[in-house]
Amino acid sequence: MSTAAQPERRFDPWVSLRGATQARIGLGRAGMSLPTAAVLELQGALAAARDSVHVPLDTDPIMAGLVGLGLGEPILLTSQAPDRAAYLRRPDWGRVPAAVAGLPDDGWDVGVVIADGLSSKAVSEHALPMVQALVAAFDPELSVAPPVVVTQARVAIADHIGQAMKLGAVIVLVGERPGLSVADSLGIYLTYAPQPGRTDAERNCISNVHPPEGLGYAAAAATAARLLRGARALGRSGVELKDTAGPDALAG
Amino acid sequence: MFARRTINGHTYQFGSLVELLAKATPRRSGDELAGCAASCEAERAAAQAALAEVELTTLLNEPVIPYEADEVTRLILDSHSADAFAAVSHLTVGGLRDWLLEVAARPDGGRVLAALAPGLTPEMVAAVSKIMRNSDLIAVSHATRVLTGFRTTIGLPGRLATRLQPNHPTDDLRGVAASILDGLLLGQGDAVVGINPAGDSPQVSADLLGMLDEVRQAYEIPMQSCVLTHISTTIGLIEAGAPVDLVFQSIGGSQGTNTSFGTNIAMLREGMEAGLSLQRGTVGNNVMYFETGQGSSLSAGAHFGTGGLPVDQQTLEARAYGLAREFSPLLVNTVVGFIGPEYLYDGKQIIRAGLEDHFCGKLLGVPMGVDVCYTNHAEADFDDMDTLLTLLAAAGVNFVITVPGADDIMLGYQSLAYHDALVVRNTLGLKPAPEFEAWLKAQGIADAYGVVRGLELGSSRLHALAGAVA
Repeated sequence: MSTAAQPERRFDPWVSLRGATQARIGLGRAGMSLPTAAVLELQGALAAARDSVHVPLDTDPIMAGLVGLGLGEPILLTSQAPDRAAYLRRPDWGRVPAAVAGLPDDGWDVGVVIADGLSSKAVSEHALPMVQALVAAFDPELSVAPPVVVTQARVAIADHIGQAMKLGAVIVLVGERPGLSVADSLGIYLTYAPQPGRTDAERNCISNVHPPEGLGYAAAAATAARLLRGARALGRSGVELKDTAGPDALAG
Repeated sequence: MFARRTINGHTYQFGSLVELLAKATPRRSGDELAGCAASCEAERAAAQAALAEVELTTLLNEPVIPYEADEVTRLILDSHSADAFAAVSHLTVGGLRDWLLEVAARPDGGRVLAALAPGLTPEMVAAVSKIMRNSDLIAVSHATRVLTGFRTTIGLPGRLATRLQPNHPTDDLRGVAASILDGLLLGQGDAVVGINPAGDSPQVSADLLGMLDEVRQAYEIPMQSCVLTHISTTIGLIEAGAPVDLVFQSIGGSQGTNTSFGTNIAMLREGMEAGLSLQRGTVGNNVMYFETGQGSSLSAGAHFGTGGLPVDQQTLEARAYGLAREFSPLLVNTVVGFIGPEYLYDGKQIIRAGLEDHFCGKLLGVPMGVDVCYTNHAEADFDDMDTLLTLLAAAGVNFVITVPGADDIMLGYQSLAYHDALVVRNTLGLKPAPEFEAWLKAQGIADAYGVVRGLELGSSRLHALAGAVA
């Protein structure tokens, strides 16, 4: 048996670097291969990640929490995918709401749609504080629609919702697919003038919101608010809209 | 009616070439989702038999997406070499399969296949792949070499390069550097050190490019780097003076797919010219890096072709390689299991698609690499990736993607571990790119025979690499 599989109590030069990344660095080797401990740990992480895809979103606490944000009565929808198995096989069903009839259509500058995506855990842990941070970061003159929560949903479902509610722009918070180390990552998508048929090139994305290791709420909200401001000035979102953050911002 | 075939007393009819190509495709969830797959195994077998009888000239004369409607079709047909095609122009799809296998078994097979490439269209290559078994795909791919160069030479026989992919969820420079350090000590990165930035601001990409260039120069590493951001951002970074080695873009096999990526042929050309203008290559000047993947067109709703019919995802993928070759890329990477189970459902479909993509790209003259990977909502696991990696290495794949411990902590999927590349190199006697191999030897990471033995962090002069980054 190699020494790699029998860890000794000695100085590990990787310790300080592990503080800078969750990546599985410095795993050691058994010959050319991963040592036993690393292989078994990976199998466990894979099992957990695969199971987590199927955990349904508990919408009650999120709806209750949204009520307290003062954005109006939150709305709960489902997509056309009847269950998780159908959702995984039929992305087209996950992009369309089961119904949009009865949605308020007063028209707002921006609305937030919370979609479970592939990680209910990401939404449960991060959606509420993320909405709070967004509302705090939006320019004060913007009107903000009542928030919408939608299950078995993909990003493009907000194109339908945004059109029905007459939103100037829609921001989607979606559970990103779970990885081995990170199962609670939230993605944020901005679409200006949402309507069915928008392509991914017409959206801007902020990914990996999962403090403390990933992006924090305030930083993500600041970026989203900056992109929203840019989109409103440009009249569109997507690849032509560059986030010019930073002291030496480069011209896009 | 385009073709018919009787199997076990049942006659199957195929109304068009587009329909026949789709129904002849080995089973995959994406074609089922698009509604163009065969309805049963007998119909698939009938379609494959009928496809084998289709003349290659028919594939040339009947584009799967109309010429006037699609700039990718126009590029494919306008750049087709009738001279190169002459060697096989008399053949059917079935005849081409036999011809390829016969040529691949000859000592001069590689030269003959390379000369043929400009005469083949993506549709011909996709069609023949549909009637080839996995071992056929491997045999022909193995005989087909596509060499490219920048600061390393990629695609030589007996070599397997890797893209070291040190992604980080907040693009933290020290975190990225730590993953680079781990990979270099395990002999990775000879294809490229390529970062997918989590943030899409130009400043984030500029910071990452600056760090990569500092590391490369400080340790005199023969490598190229890339930050995989949108090509329009990279063009801006080049204008702003950032140290850009490779110009990246995701591409697809239809004009609409590329529109969904926010790009087009003119923009790709502008990006290539910007990259070439920097003259940063040493052993070569292939400056483009493309990524593709089956299902991208369907995902964008841009998969419809002649007659308004859905084109199968594998034919569309081959068309992406037809687009790529126009730009003499250093690297083309099919991220085969990345998009998800709605396009490739399980390990079997991912393995098959990986071999098809590699074969189609190589036969068209494209320097193919594969991201041997899967997501946690697909029916696949580490064993499937071991299998695909071993098959691709046997097939002579130019490069694969590797990450620390197989776990990409930013993109949320599993690629290969650094270790996996070491294992397959050792098992099959493959070495890194020659320039990089010499550097690994000088660092004591590879032994005198070029075998990467790896090096413990404490005993390497690289140990300060990550520490030096603020």
